[in-house]
Amino acid sequence: MLTVNGINNGIVIDHIPAGKGPRIFNKLFSEHVNSPVVLLMNVQSKTLGKKDIIKIENEYNFDLNLLGLIDKHITVNIIENDKLKEKIKVVVPEKIKGFIKCKNPRCISHTDDYAIPEFTLLSSNGTLKYSCSYCEEITEYKF
Amino acid sequence: MKNVRHLIEPKDLSNSEMMELVDMGIKMEKNPQDYVNLCKGKIIGSLFFEPSTRTKFSFDSAMLRLGGNLMGFTDVNTTSAKKGESLGDTIKVMGAYTDIIVMRHPKEGAPKLASEYSTIPIINGGDGGHQHPTQTLTDLITIKKYKDTVSNHTIAFCGDLKFGRTVHSLIKTLARFNTKKFYLVSPKELRLPETIINEIKSKYDVEIEETSELEAVMDKIDILYMTRIQKERFFNEEDYIKLKNSYILTNEKIKPAKDDMIIMHPLPRVNEISKEVDTDKRAIYFEQARLGVYVRMALIAKLLGAI
Repeated sequence: MLTVNGINNGIVIDHIPAGKGPRIFNKLFSEHVNSPVVLLMNVQSKTLGKKDIIKIENEYNFDLNLLGLIDKHITVNIIENDKLKEKIKVVVPEKIKGFIKCKNPRCISHTDDYAIPEFTLLSSNGTLKYSCSYCEEITEYKF
Repeated sequence: MKNVRHLIEPKDLSNSEMMELVDMGIKMEKNPQDYVNLCKGKIIGSLFFEPSTRTKFSFDSAMLRLGGNLMGFTDVNTTSAKKGESLGDTIKVMGAYTDIIVMRHPKEGAPKLASEYSTIPIINGGDGGHQHPTQTLTDLITIKKYKDTVSNHTIAFCGDLKFGRTVHSLIKTLARFNTKKFYLVSPKELRLPETIINEIKSKYDVEIEETSELEAVMDKIDILYMTRIQKERFFNEEDYIKLKNSYILTNEKIKPAKDDMIIMHPLPRVNEISKEVDTDKRAIYFEQARLGVYVRMALIAKLLGAI
């Protein structure tokens, strides 16, 4: 069996639905990360059957709110000095900026670099629906 | 920038502020000579990235009647926007040359973006199919003048309710003023966006009925708000051709209407109201365009702090 050591300090993103790990990895950690990161895929899970896990050592400053866009089952463990300092259940973000593109082709955000829309959550039943701060059009977010 | 007031969408004004502007507009219409120096020395920047007749010239007229001056453009090809200048940069520069800006832009949300970079008041003169708040003020002053109040009416909106920004702004505003009932008359392809219907239903106690039959509601309404099927909002010419003649108002069609019903239209009209209707006393759309000058005078004066 493949084994990966625990980390002394850093973040463990757990309970990622199997197969979604690489996309989270690419969105959150592909740039500006110098610390060791591991992505584990298809790990046995009691609740999910299979899951993905991401571990990053010695870094804490990530916009983890974005994880709420991906799956509500994801948990984030903050590790300090070999101990679990905090366990965070992700929530769907009420406001989000710079991560979603407005689906409205007539929105100013597609043609002007100054326009970075803030999206406000309208509904999270089934699909996530966000309203654009510029054109108010609803964009359904699918990860 | 915090103390600068903008008008990007109708909800930037409270109900009482809207009525204050409407009432001031009515006063200005009655006695225009009392206000000829109200904005003397002030300049309005008129930035029209998209064509306009009524909005552009009614703002010009409003500022000139207040004693102010104007500068701007109606052809974006004559500006640095053509060279790729961002809207934010254009606004920062124009803010140094003028005291207040009215802008029309084909992209939705452009005036909101402009307001984020502006040190002077921005007025949205229409952004794509999104909002047109000064048309809403024009509509309100017209309804107030002809029906004495903007509340408690049964109103039919007819035509392009999907892309019609005048409808989007007005229906949300009238819902705030205790409208009795909205009839939404349109082909199924041009229905009012679900987001707007849901927003109104969740916030206000107003009945909404969607139909594609104008004749079925004609005898029930106090106000008929006609709109043009807008060719410029379609990506596909075939879709436009299919829908462009969906509703054509004629004398025959308005026969069952109440005697004091009013017919409004934000103009320009193409063929959705037959010219024979123009002489009916209930047809007030040209008067509506005229009244727009006075409520815009009130708005300019308010945003410049002159009243």
